[in-house]
Amino acid sequence: MSDAAVRARGPRSLRSAIGYALLVLVALLFMSPLIFMVGTSLKAPSEIFSTPPSLFGASLQWGNYSEVFSYAPFARYLVNGVVVATTGTLITLAVSALSGYAFSRLRWRGRTATFTVFLATMMLPQEVVIVPAFVLMRELGWVNTYQALIVPWAFTALGAFLLRQFFMTVPQELEDASRIDGLGQLGTFFRIMLPLARPTLAVLAVFTFITYWNSFLWPLVIVNDVSTLGTIPLGLQQFFGQQGTQWHLIMAASVVSMLPSTVLLIALQRYLVRGIVTSGLGGR
Amino acid sequence: MTHLPAHEMTATAAPKGRRSGGPRRDRSGVWGVGFVAPHAVGLALFTLVPIGIALAMSLHDWPMIGTPSWTGFANYSSLFGDPTFRTALTNTVLFVVLYVPLNLVVSLGMAAWLSPKIRHRQIFRVIFFLPTVTPIVANAVVWRMLYQPGGAIDATARSFFGIEMPDFLADPHWAMIAIVVMSVWQGFGYNMIVFSSALDSVPESQLEAASLDGANAWTAFWRIKLPLISPSLFFATTMTLITAFQVFVQPYIMTRGGPGDSTVTLVQFIYNQGFTFQKLGLASAAAWILFVIILGVTAVQFLGQKKWVHYE
Repeated sequence: MSDAAVRARGPRSLRSAIGYALLVLVALLFMSPLIFMVGTSLKAPSEIFSTPPSLFGASLQWGNYSEVFSYAPFARYLVNGVVVATTGTLITLAVSALSGYAFSRLRWRGRTATFTVFLATMMLPQEVVIVPAFVLMRELGWVNTYQALIVPWAFTALGAFLLRQFFMTVPQELEDASRIDGLGQLGTFFRIMLPLARPTLAVLAVFTFITYWNSFLWPLVIVNDVSTLGTIPLGLQQFFGQQGTQWHLIMAASVVSMLPSTVLLIALQRYLVRGIVTSGLGGR
Repeated sequence: MTHLPAHEMTATAAPKGRRSGGPRRDRSGVWGVGFVAPHAVGLALFTLVPIGIALAMSLHDWPMIGTPSWTGFANYSSLFGDPTFRTALTNTVLFVVLYVPLNLVVSLGMAAWLSPKIRHRQIFRVIFFLPTVTPIVANAVVWRMLYQPGGAIDATARSFFGIEMPDFLADPHWAMIAIVVMSVWQGFGYNMIVFSSALDSVPESQLEAASLDGANAWTAFWRIKLPLISPSLFFATTMTLITAFQVFVQPYIMTRGGPGDSTVTLVQFIYNQGFTFQKLGLASAAAWILFVIILGVTAVQFLGQKKWVHYE
């Protein structure tokens, strides 16, 4: 290394250290709402609006977390959320894998037209169908049921689009080989193509699950009886109830509500980033 | 509402070059229909049928209970004369005008800052992305607490700077700004990831050539990187615009549209008309107006892209 290069490194590395410290500071400031959330979830009610502000109270009130479950049927909300999100995700994966394959590797009359209709529905905002979908649910007798929370949104076109994009990249030779080995259409799909699509299915599954888990407007419309059918976002509202706003409980409930997506994000970050970049998944 | 990259929206053509022949050729028509049927039937029943009903609804006086009666375009014309609707429209446009540019500037700035040279870059990415996957209701609830008088923001300002903060969510001058700030906080991470990946794929050779020509980092960013990632900018702008027009949860949770109706948005108007006042026809007409606005804005984006988007 030349003298000049050594001399140049000094101020530059100092500058980058300051820049890095600034970045850490920005990240902390960005996280501060979440840090306050965790702090408040562990405070006694009297300590919440203190001046000067404090992150934590005199002692950590872990009991707030158990109180969340006795103050409202929060366990029920959690179970409902898991049931609705899991079932919805499974249906979405099943129908999307089949249709994505049909749109990319099979020939049939009306394929292009059907796919165009699928794509066109993706441009429609959910709000346009929410009012008529409610009326449809009423006609089907589905108001205030699990199937109403799950089924109407399990057939959105995005999954077909994603899977089609993936299947188009699989070499035709693979399918030809499987036929030579005597596998029929179903065997080829289930034994050869579907296993190959696992990464795409995983990305679709995570985003579908998170979308169901976070969904608010539709449950707000279709659920009358929050204490039995409420999902997490609906349930969070219950803490603003008659006995005044229970901030410590709301924050504890919020922490719990954020756990699944946070864990999924940390565990699968690279897949999710790829999903966003290649397909625009998850935007809102 | 789902999203896909703009450049793929038109890619409806069937894959070409598929080898035909073999005994299955005549049977795959059956297979194709069979494979697509579950999805197509579901989509038809739960999306296409509601779209049809929505169209019919918007042309009827359609009460929650009772028989609908045909009114033609009366719902639409009464909306344009309705001051509440106009307020909701103005509020929504105000939100879009404030939120979209802020979101894009912050997300682009953070993406540029989090260059591959930054240590632990992936950790920072996860941090800034986190609020985009957590429930919006939970995010909004947390910010509602921060914004309270005596809440974290107010308490911090008073004890460290001796300044009294306004009651953000109860002050008509501040409520929308407070909602925009919260929305940028929770939403920019998504575009940051989009921009960050686009910036990563800018070829090193181009930047080296620019630096040989004497361009500093600032010029290189504006002259080289930005044009090269313009397709991503286009995609992000279009998607952010579309979702911004649909803003609902943040104001609904933080202000319920208040104070007064200073933060009522179009989607809340639709929700109120449909499920509070039970005027389904009016709600549907408002939803179609929202759709037309979104369609119009998207069309303008697509028409304008020739001027600034460079595809390779």
